[in-house]
Amino acid sequence: MRITLDDVEYRYQVNTPFEHLALHDVNISMEPGTYTAIIGHTGSGKSTLLQHLNALLKPTKGRVFIGDRTIEAGRKEKALRPIRQKVGIVFQFPEHQLFDETVEKDICFGPMNFGVSEIDAKKMARKAIAQVGLNEEVLEKSPFDLSGGQMRRVAIAGVLAMEPEVLVLDEPTAGLDPRGRKEIMDMFYDLHKARGISTILVTHSMEDAAKYADDIIIMHKGTVFKKGTPQEIFSEPEQLMELGLDVPDTVRFQLKLQKELGVRFDHPCLNIGDLAIEIDKAMKRGNR
Amino acid sequence: MLDKMIIGRYVPANSLMHKMDPRAKLLLVFLFVCVVFLANNVVSYGLLAVFTILLISLSKIPLRYLYNGLKPIFFLIVFTFLLHILFTKEGELLFEYGWFEIYEGGLIQGFFISIRFTLLILVTSLLTLTTSPISITDGMEELLGPLKKWKMPVHELALMMSIALRFIPTLMEETEKIMKAQTARGVDFSSGPIKDRVKSIVPLLVPLFVSSFKRAEELATAMESRGYRGGEGRTKYRQLNWKTSDSLLMVSIGVLTVMLFLLRS
Repeated sequence: MRITLDDVEYRYQVNTPFEHLALHDVNISMEPGTYTAIIGHTGSGKSTLLQHLNALLKPTKGRVFIGDRTIEAGRKEKALRPIRQKVGIVFQFPEHQLFDETVEKDICFGPMNFGVSEIDAKKMARKAIAQVGLNEEVLEKSPFDLSGGQMRRVAIAGVLAMEPEVLVLDEPTAGLDPRGRKEIMDMFYDLHKARGISTILVTHSMEDAAKYADDIIIMHKGTVFKKGTPQEIFSEPEQLMELGLDVPDTVRFQLKLQKELGVRFDHPCLNIGDLAIEIDKAMKRGNR
Repeated sequence: MLDKMIIGRYVPANSLMHKMDPRAKLLLVFLFVCVVFLANNVVSYGLLAVFTILLISLSKIPLRYLYNGLKPIFFLIVFTFLLHILFTKEGELLFEYGWFEIYEGGLIQGFFISIRFTLLILVTSLLTLTTSPISITDGMEELLGPLKKWKMPVHELALMMSIALRFIPTLMEETEKIMKAQTARGVDFSSGPIKDRVKSIVPLLVPLFVSSFKRAEELATAMESRGYRGGEGRTKYRQLNWKTSDSLLMVSIGVLTVMLFLLRS
């Protein structure tokens, strides 16, 4: 399902002393089956942007196309539920949304809201819990008896069980240990590859963006600063660093080699293997 | 919806009302709440309204903002108005349709009560709109100070109040976040049959309670680790000072009271 934002603007608390422009002139498009990363500082508008993707927020100007639906500023929208089923959002610290007595009931909550029968929902829950790498035994437990990492996984399973076509992730690994981070990020990537789910990842981590994303969107002060493939984005690392954004370690290393030793590279390397090959090439060319 | 609530919210600005001593403002609100009940005819209510409007104009709070903040409470006002129309059977009978009767007394009573309600809400929100929660508690603590002699835990009460006030916005934010998360999971909070809507409160309330308890525990730990041990011997960084304008404010509410006594019938 394609999601397109056309000239979107969003203001918080219009007509109050707290009115504040959070997004403006946003024109982006997320193609079906792609993996897009949205990067920016806190306050750059990424979380606001993300809430437009399933019509939780309506733009105060412009239009949002979600599949065959159009959300337009100033128009009342009804029956938004189908959109929410197709676009699943995993919010920051999703474990805060857990509420039911058992993990199973909590995971079934989403699908059943969208009209799935209890029996089918339970099947979906079983599938989802396996996807997030937890044992089926967990299903009978109370979500509040689990560890932080397990709660996170259960909450994610709650969104996966809705079987969305588009998965939006708001810093899904914040506060997890490095191993948990990698496992969860890999799981989302596998899902994306295996089921062709379009994935939109909002993150601070350039490493993750460089590693998984097909497209990167850089947000700055409420608007799109730059968009492109990781190769395009990281070909001008200094520009990003000026914004105070990080670049992947490999790119920073390249930059350092370039500055201190005068080694030239054809393109930014986004993983160590690629970097090694490029360094080798550069050495052979002997342009030091 | 939630960001429209103005109760308990502070709007920073540099107005006369903002600069008043919190003790003066607290006393003002307290006295106002008492004298509101003195009014019982058009003139005295008019006087109260004028007084409120004066206070609002001294605060530089945009009118539209106040109006928006009142909106969620309109329902209550209309509700009390209707109750009075239905159940007060005094004065002349103005309208009759089957069992439904409107009396003059009911109409007037309902009207007065709605005005009283609106004025009370306006003045109390004016206090929180122009005074930061910290100043309110400081003022409260000072005003209640004498009660310490009778072993009233004044400092603790003030602290409880400041914590409660401090966490209203946080709780609101949290509510909105969880509402959004559950909306994304297919809950509909704003439409549908009442039964479903009541049911949809559970996925909102449980997470809120869980996080509130967690937050309370964290706050207690943080306070203890910073050496908090109650109000005993604690000095103040923010000193309150009573100015002429504060005395004038007190005089004005005194004048208002006297006039109300004279004007009421």
